[in-house]
Amino acid sequence: MAAATQGRVAAVLSRLMQALPVVFGVVLVSFLLTRALPGDPAAYFAGDAATPESIAETRAKLGLDKSMPEQFLIYVGDLLSGDLGVSLSTGQPVTTELARRLPASLELTLVALVVSCGIAIPLGVLAATRPGSWIDHLCRVLVTAGVSLPTFFTGVALIYVFYYLLGVAPSPIGRLDFVYLEPDRVTGFFLIDAALAGDFETWLGALEQLALPAATLALFTLAPLARMTRAAMLSALSSDYVRTAKAAGLTTGKVLFGYAFRNALLPVVTTLGMVFSFTLGANVLVEKVFAWPGIGSFAVEALVASDYAAVQGFVLCMALLFVALNLVIDMAYAMIDPRIGFAAK
Amino acid sequence: MLSIKDLAVSFRTRRGEVDAVRGVSFELAKGETLGVVGESGSGKSVTSYALMRILDAGGWIKAGEATYSGVDLRRASEREMRDIRGREISMIFQNPRAALNPIRKVGAQIEDVLRRHGKATSANARAKAIEALEAVRINDAAARAEAYPFELSGGMCQRIVVAIALACDPRLLIMDEPTTGLDITTQKAVMDLTRELIRERGMSAILITHDLGLASEYCDRLAVMKDGKIVETGPAASVFGAPQDVYTRRLVDATPRRGVSIRSLLPAEARTAPPPRPALGGPLLEVLRLEKAYPGKSGPVRAVKGVTFTIREGQSVGLVGESGCGKSTTSSMLVRLLDVTSGSILFRGEDIAAIPAKDFIRHPLRRDIQMVFQDATDSLNPRHAARDSIADPLRRLAGLSGARLKAKVEEAAELVGLPIHLLDRFPHQLSGGQKARVGIARAVALDPKFLILDEPTAALDVSIQAVVLNLLADLRAKLGMTYLFVSHDLNVVRLLCDHVIVMKGGEIIEQGPAEEVMDRPAHPYTKSLLDAAPQPPAPAPRLRAAV
Repeated sequence: MAAATQGRVAAVLSRLMQALPVVFGVVLVSFLLTRALPGDPAAYFAGDAATPESIAETRAKLGLDKSMPEQFLIYVGDLLSGDLGVSLSTGQPVTTELARRLPASLELTLVALVVSCGIAIPLGVLAATRPGSWIDHLCRVLVTAGVSLPTFFTGVALIYVFYYLLGVAPSPIGRLDFVYLEPDRVTGFFLIDAALAGDFETWLGALEQLALPAATLALFTLAPLARMTRAAMLSALSSDYVRTAKAAGLTTGKVLFGYAFRNALLPVVTTLGMVFSFTLGANVLVEKVFAWPGIGSFAVEALVASDYAAVQGFVLCMALLFVALNLVIDMAYAMIDPRIGFAAK
Repeated sequence: MLSIKDLAVSFRTRRGEVDAVRGVSFELAKGETLGVVGESGSGKSVTSYALMRILDAGGWIKAGEATYSGVDLRRASEREMRDIRGREISMIFQNPRAALNPIRKVGAQIEDVLRRHGKATSANARAKAIEALEAVRINDAAARAEAYPFELSGGMCQRIVVAIALACDPRLLIMDEPTTGLDITTQKAVMDLTRELIRERGMSAILITHDLGLASEYCDRLAVMKDGKIVETGPAASVFGAPQDVYTRRLVDATPRRGVSIRSLLPAEARTAPPPRPALGGPLLEVLRLEKAYPGKSGPVRAVKGVTFTIREGQSVGLVGESGCGKSTTSSMLVRLLDVTSGSILFRGEDIAAIPAKDFIRHPLRRDIQMVFQDATDSLNPRHAARDSIADPLRRLAGLSGARLKAKVEEAAELVGLPIHLLDRFPHQLSGGQKARVGIARAVALDPKFLILDEPTAALDVSIQAVVLNLLADLRAKLGMTYLFVSHDLNVVRLLCDHVIVMKGGEIIEQGPAEEVMDRPAHPYTKSLLDAAPQPPAPAPRLRAAV
C-alpha cells in the first residue's frame, strides 16, 4: 500500500513537471499577445492632457521603453519572485487583485456546478431509465431552454422576477449586501469563511447573494451534463454486464448505481471538466449582470485598458488553474476506472 | 421441472411489431441438458431471455405459458423474478469479458450475487466468493478475486461468469453461446468444466448455440429452431445422426467435420462436381526468418519469432493457431499492412518486406496481394453501396473508370454470385452472406495472384459458411489464385487447404500436407487442438439412406 501511495505521489509530481513547458508557453504567448494589442498604455495612463514628454516619462516609468527581450526577462524575473506587477487601472498589485477576485469567481462557478450536477445527473439518469417518458421529454425541454437562453438574458430575467417582482432576492450587487460585514478572510470563499467564523447570518446573506448568479450559470451548464449522463447511462444500461447483473437477480438499485452508473461516470467527469473550464472563463457576462467582483470582469476591464500586467496575470492564473484541473480529472479517472493506470500516463 | 407451452415473444419496433418467437414448446426434466440449436435470428436467445424476463426494451411475451417448478414465469411479479434469477435459474452469456463489469473486482461481483440472495453476510462474503472461484478450478483464487476483468484472459473471464452463475447453487443453468470468442482449447476446457459442475450438482441446463457439433457433444437432447419455431427435437445422437426435418438435415450437412468433402456441406440438390485442385507451380511466396517485435514495458515483445515457410503457386495454405499465436501479425505483414522487424518476404523472388507498409499502396504488386477481412460487416464502409466498395480498389489500383469500371464491378459480382441488383444496396441492407460476397468480390476484382483470407467465415452462420467456403474453392480453381487461409477452426481448414502451418507463441511448431498434419499430427499441441474441436457423431450412412 505504501509503495502504491509513493507511486501515486511520484506520478502526480511527474505530471506537474510535464505541465512546466505548458506554463512557460503561456507566459511567453500572453506576454507577446498583450504587446501585440493595439493601443499605447503609456498614452492611456498619461491622461488626456498629456504632452509627448509626459507620455515618454510614463513609458519609462512603466519600463516600456526597453527592448522586448529585456522586458520579457524582467517580467519572468518578477514572476519567479511571485510578483505579477501592478495593475495600472486599479493601482493595486495584480497578485492582491487576483487573490481577492479569484475566490469570488471560483465560489460562483463551483456553487453553480454543484447545483447543475445535482439537477442534471439525476435528471439524465431518470431520462435514461425511462426513454420516451414524460421525464425524458422534460429533461430535453429544460436542457434545451437552459442552453439556448444567453446567460445575460437569464440573469436579467431572474433579477426581474425574484428581485423586482417578488422581492425575495437581495439587490443584485456584489457578493454581500452592505448590511453584512465581510467574514474574516481564510479561504476567500464567503460561504466557507462565514461558516468557519460561525456567523450564520452572514453565511445566509452570502448565499442569498449567490443564489441568482449561480442559478443563471447552472441553467446554462445543465445541457451538456444532462445530455452526457443520459447518453452514457443508456449505453451502460444496454451493455452485457448490466444484463449479467440483471440475470443474477441483483436489485434495480444495485444494477443502476453499482453497475451502470459507475461505468457511465467516466464520460460525465470528462464533460464536467470541460464545462468547468469554459464557465470559469465565460462567466464574465454573469459577473457583469450581477456586479460580481470576479476575475472575468477584471480581465475584460484590464484588456480594454491595455493593462498588461493584469491581463498577463489573469492568463497565467487561468493556465495554472487548468493544469490543476486536468490533473484532478486524470486522478478522478484513475479512481473510477482501474483500466486507466495513473502512473502509466 | 421447466415447461414451456406455445411461447410467443414479440418486439415493438419502429416498423411495427416483429414476432421473434412463434409458439415454442418444450419440457426440461431434472438433471437434463437440452441443446437449443439454430442460426442467427432463429429466436433461440430470445426464448431464454423471455424465460428470465430480461428481454430488451420493447420485447414482451405475447402468448403461451412458461412454468418453472410450479412458478408461472410469465405472470410472476418483478420482485419474485429477481429472487428466481441467480438463485433458481442462472445464465451465462457469450463474450465473457463484456459480460463482467469492467471496473469492479471480480471477487466483488461474486459477492454482490451471494449477498443479494442471502447466501453470505458481509462478514463471510469474501470467503464464500473465493470458494465459488475455487469451484470453477481457478488457481490462486484469493489473488484472482482482487483482479479486474481486463487483467484476466478470456477463458478465465468465462470461468468467473460461470462462478457468478453457480454461486447461489441454482437448479437450472442457461448458457447462451457460452464459447463464442473463446479459443478452441479454452472452449473445450470451459465446456468440460461446466458439464462436470452441472452433473456434480444435479442441475438441469439449456445450451443455446449455433454449433450443432458442440450441442450434440454436450447435450442429452436437442431442439432445432428456425424462424422462431422448433422444427425438430429429439435425443442428440438421433437428431444429428438421422435428422428428420429438411432444415435440420441442411444444418447437419453444413457442419464441417471429419471425413467430409467441401461439396457435401451444401444441401444435396446443390452439390456439383468438386472443383479440380489446381496444379502446383513454383514458389510464389518465400518467407524467411520473418520477425515482428513490439516495444513493451520490459523490453521488446516478440509477436512473431522468425518464421520460415514457402507457399507455392496455386497452393491453398492454412495458417492455424489460437489467439495470440502470431497468425494475424504474420498475415498482416504478408499483405504488407504492417512493417516487419526483420526477415524477408520473397514474392516471386522480389523482397517485398523491404518496402515500407505505407508505400506499398503505390507498388505494382499491391494488385497481386489482396485480403478478405474477418468481419464482413465491419470491413465495409457503412456509407458505401456494395458497388462503391468493389469499385474502390479498381479505381485506385487499376485506374478504371466509367463504363469499364462498371463492367468490371459487375463481372466481379457475378463471379462471387452476388445478384447485380444488390450492388446498389448499403451494407445494412445486405445479409451476412451477401456482405461476405461483397468482401470477396472486392478482393478478387483485381485478379490478385495471392489472396489472404483472415477467418472469412468466422462471423457467418454454418449454412452460409458452407456456401462461402465452396465459393472460395471454386474461385481458386477458376482464377488460379493462391490462398493463405488464416483460421482457428481446423475442421474448416481441413476442407479448404492442401498445406497446413500450425503456429504457437509466435513460432511455427508444425507444417506439412493437410491430411498428414490433420490425421497424424507430430506435435502434441497440434494433437490437442484437433482433440479440442467438438467431434459430432458421424451420421450413419444407412440411416441417412432411410430418410
